[in-house]
Amino acid sequence: METLDQLVQQAVADFAAAVDGAALEQAKARYLGKSGSLTERLKALGKLAADERREAGAAINRAKDAIEHALDARRQALREAALLAQLAAEALDVTLPGRGGAPGGLHPVSRTLERVEALFGSIGFIVADGPEIETDWHNFTALNTPENHPARSMHDTFYLEGHDDVLLRTHTSPVQIRAMQEHVARHAGREHMPELRLIAPGRVYRVDSDATHSPMFHQVEGLWVGENVSFADLKGVIADFLRKFFETEDLQVRFRPSFFPFTEPSAEIDVAFMSGALEGRWLEIAGCGMVHPNVLRFGGFDPERYTGFAFGMGPDRLTMLRYGVNDLRLFFEGDLRFLSQFR
Amino acid sequence: MQFSEQWLRTFVDPQLDSAELGHLLTMAGLEVEEADPAAPAFTGVVVAQIVEADKHPNADKLKLCKVDAGTGALLQIVCGAPNAAAGMKVPCARVGARLPGDFEIKAAKLRGVESFGMLCSARELGLSDDHGGLYALPADAPVGTDIRDYLGLDDTLFTIKLTPNRADCLSLSGVARELAAITGRPLNLPEVAPVAPSIDARRAIILDAQDACPRYCGRILRGVDAKAATPEWMARRLVRSGIRSISALVDITNYVMLELGQPLHAFDNTKLAGAIHVRYPASGEQVLLLNEQTVTPAADTLLIADERRALALAGIMGGEDSGITLETTEVFLESAFFAPAAIAGRARAYGFTSDASHRFERGVDFELARTALERATQLILDICGGEAGPVEEAVARDHLPLRPAVRLRPARARRLLGIHLDDGGIQALLERVHLQVVREGDDFLVTPPSFRFDIEIEEDLIEELARLHGYDNIPAVAPQGSLMMLPSAEDRRPVWDVRHRLAARGYQEVVNFAFVEEAWERDFCANDNAIRLANPIASQLSVMRSSLIPGLAANLVTNRKRQIDRVRVFEIGRCFERKADGVPVAGFHQSLMVAGLAAGSALPEQWGERSRQVDFYDVKGDLEALFAPRTLSFERLSHPALHPGRAATVRLDGRSIGMVGELHPVWVQRYDMGSAPVVFELELEAVLGATVPAYAEISRMPAVTRDLALVVALDVGVARALEVLREAAPAVVREIALFDVYHGKGIDPDKKSLAFRVLMQDTQRTLEDAEVDAAVSALVRQAESVLGARLRGSGE
Repeated sequence: METLDQLVQQAVADFAAAVDGAALEQAKARYLGKSGSLTERLKALGKLAADERREAGAAINRAKDAIEHALDARRQALREAALLAQLAAEALDVTLPGRGGAPGGLHPVSRTLERVEALFGSIGFIVADGPEIETDWHNFTALNTPENHPARSMHDTFYLEGHDDVLLRTHTSPVQIRAMQEHVARHAGREHMPELRLIAPGRVYRVDSDATHSPMFHQVEGLWVGENVSFADLKGVIADFLRKFFETEDLQVRFRPSFFPFTEPSAEIDVAFMSGALEGRWLEIAGCGMVHPNVLRFGGFDPERYTGFAFGMGPDRLTMLRYGVNDLRLFFEGDLRFLSQFR
Repeated sequence: MQFSEQWLRTFVDPQLDSAELGHLLTMAGLEVEEADPAAPAFTGVVVAQIVEADKHPNADKLKLCKVDAGTGALLQIVCGAPNAAAGMKVPCARVGARLPGDFEIKAAKLRGVESFGMLCSARELGLSDDHGGLYALPADAPVGTDIRDYLGLDDTLFTIKLTPNRADCLSLSGVARELAAITGRPLNLPEVAPVAPSIDARRAIILDAQDACPRYCGRILRGVDAKAATPEWMARRLVRSGIRSISALVDITNYVMLELGQPLHAFDNTKLAGAIHVRYPASGEQVLLLNEQTVTPAADTLLIADERRALALAGIMGGEDSGITLETTEVFLESAFFAPAAIAGRARAYGFTSDASHRFERGVDFELARTALERATQLILDICGGEAGPVEEAVARDHLPLRPAVRLRPARARRLLGIHLDDGGIQALLERVHLQVVREGDDFLVTPPSFRFDIEIEEDLIEELARLHGYDNIPAVAPQGSLMMLPSAEDRRPVWDVRHRLAARGYQEVVNFAFVEEAWERDFCANDNAIRLANPIASQLSVMRSSLIPGLAANLVTNRKRQIDRVRVFEIGRCFERKADGVPVAGFHQSLMVAGLAAGSALPEQWGERSRQVDFYDVKGDLEALFAPRTLSFERLSHPALHPGRAATVRLDGRSIGMVGELHPVWVQRYDMGSAPVVFELELEAVLGATVPAYAEISRMPAVTRDLALVVALDVGVARALEVLREAAPAVVREIALFDVYHGKGIDPDKKSLAFRVLMQDTQRTLEDAEVDAAVSALVRQAESVLGARLRGSGE
């Protein structure tokens, strides 16, 4: 008859040889089942004398523990192997593209306008809006440009058939008038009127079409009216904006005397980059100036008490400079090969 | 305005090179748009005289010249020009010269004969396109002189862009005056002495419209040779100012206009009858202008007339019948002041502009007329000969422009500009530009000169100060403001949020023109009353759009032509319709809309999803996502642009805010779109709304769900079925959701099955089976009675 030690050794070897759960359970039955060899030995204990029985019983139980331990270990090992096999079988080609749609994107000029709004918003400029079919009065007269004023020939204006007094706005400046009137009305009767700080982005129209002019284009108007707003403030705000917008200190900004009927003094703003493809070239980027007293009056402000500055800049131009676009017309052609570059 | 730097420097000569001079003018507000050299770079070319010109021994078309180039010995030069002849003076490029294009002249053998230089045409020197032969120089040209010096070629042609307020700089002397003020250099304007009359020929002048013409000077000159040659120096200055040399008399009037800024007009005196009148037209009067245009002047167009007829449009353009010709011997010379208001906009109304009207409508020095007349008289006598009569001057002093003193408060100037400039500095700056400054208390009273039309209010003076102080010298400061936070409304979202949401769902933003083809409005919007432009840039851009959709459809067509099949685009823009009580501009409704278009496959081509075309429900899903958590409702819609069975009105809170649908197959075919796109268009304002969340108690009790499959007629809409069920739902029903639609085998062909999941829950207690059963029965009963539905599987 085999010793218990041999039995245990045999069981461990049998378990190790079992390649799956079923084989393992069969092997288990040979030792621990109803008529398994170990079970038989336990049954045989009854035939022994009482003093022998205790000792033999303890030995058998030790062997049983050892066999059960080996069984558990083998079960665990088989489970782990099965899991590994399953995982291997489930492996994917992780380099296959992900599923689903592709995002679209904003128009490049919208990208610019969103940044412009955020930058000016950070120093308290609200966003104002105005109509694109505008009255002659708001577009010209209230901006100190009466009928026959030579400055009117600076704008080639689209007029509407059958209407003498309305036009497609040639600039976003009429929003100044509407916003000032509304601001003054809202704060009527107050000792101190809060400052008015706004930008007004939008589409404007001029009878002009070539590589550098589009009959419809964008402008951003800016206006700051308060009790102590100066030309030095205007220079500060514009220079700050341009450096933040282009994210560089390597930028020269110059203000050059100019003329607009609705501002005085007036200036054109030029920028020059100190590196890159456009290095050293002065590029006209905006017009600006101190709000003309007549315009303040049309807006409802007392020009003796309030002063202000205004500017109008071309976000199309800003976008071209920022992203290196060389043809203005691309913005308005709806070509997805162009637009999708700005996602 | 274009002019020659050399000419300018005869009046004021700052110690600056051309580039510095240009920068200075630009920074003073006289923007230099262009600065071009008068001639390209070349060296070693001198004035030479051809002493002999013989036939080349070995070539028919070449000549063998002996040339005196001032070197002491005659040069032998082979030349191919047909006009080369003995005695002629020409430019000669000597050996070692470099011609434009860095072409070096070397001694060479031409057909066996040695040649030491090259005789030049104007084209070879880059002076003109003329290559008919050698550039013939005047007989008095000094041999040996460098041609650049002789022709003054080291010159820059400046073109300055003048703003409308600076009419005083529309002349060389005006620019010079400004330059002298900025640089502090002396100003040397030409001395103009009165020309004493030597004949007594006069023509009376009558100012009928004194407001419009308060000063008119005229003078007769007799015995004038109109065929006299314009002196070379004058022609050169004119040409370098962009004005063609025409004839001596015309050239002289143009020259004086450029030099002093006073437009002049020369009449043929023999074609005039009686006194000159400056008057408004009688009705029906016509004038044949110098540009061969016949106009019937409007009532507010000022005329120059004699006693018989209208002669010219005052301050705008002379008449063909009374103008000078090469045969003219008697001239009546006009030098007048016309008020800007009487000239402004008139030329434009006739469809042209002129140098004279450009100046008069901006303002010409009203004290200049007589000086300019004397200057022109002297030049005519010098160049064309003849004798001058006395100057006739008609003047209505009361109607000359006023130059009232303008008050300047130095403190206000400092406050507006944000600079520290003391009173003395202010006064000094103003006086530099010929403003008369008088102290009055803390203020200055400043009187502008007659040539400045732009100084009427304090800000005009502050602008002068800023300009003269230098915009560069005004500091750029970070402004001080009262710090107040901007409002942030939670029940609205920024338009950027809408853009980003649409982009995230695959739409690319576009910007299309607001003016469109009239056919688009008719076809897509059934709009026969589009808002038309009076002056469209092109016929396909002639009406204002009332919808963004046609533009998006055009984007589809152009992209498909570029082989992009899957197109998803959106635009946010204004649409325009007529509306009598429109706000803020009466007559027009112009609200911002957001529209989108999706065409081609629903998803970009990929391995993991079955390819299918985008359909109505994809786009509807996009809209639902755009509005979530707010819910939209949809109702069948008939719309000219859309497929009648696949179009819906979009409603929010019961109000129609736009539409969604598949484009009508007729337009898909007509506009060559390929496959039909699905489009939507909504009022932007509605999309910008948002809900502020409100907390509702979360139930801790278990929820019960029951599924309910109802068979209804095909034409029963899901929205209607849900509405009916929700009306009948007891309080415990928290949600009813559609999870399946089935139409096919096992169901009547004219019926469909709608499967709903009903979620029931109470916040306080666990529901009992009986309650759940009762709720479901209530729903079923309602569906049966209102919709004619029956429970699926409940027998046929």
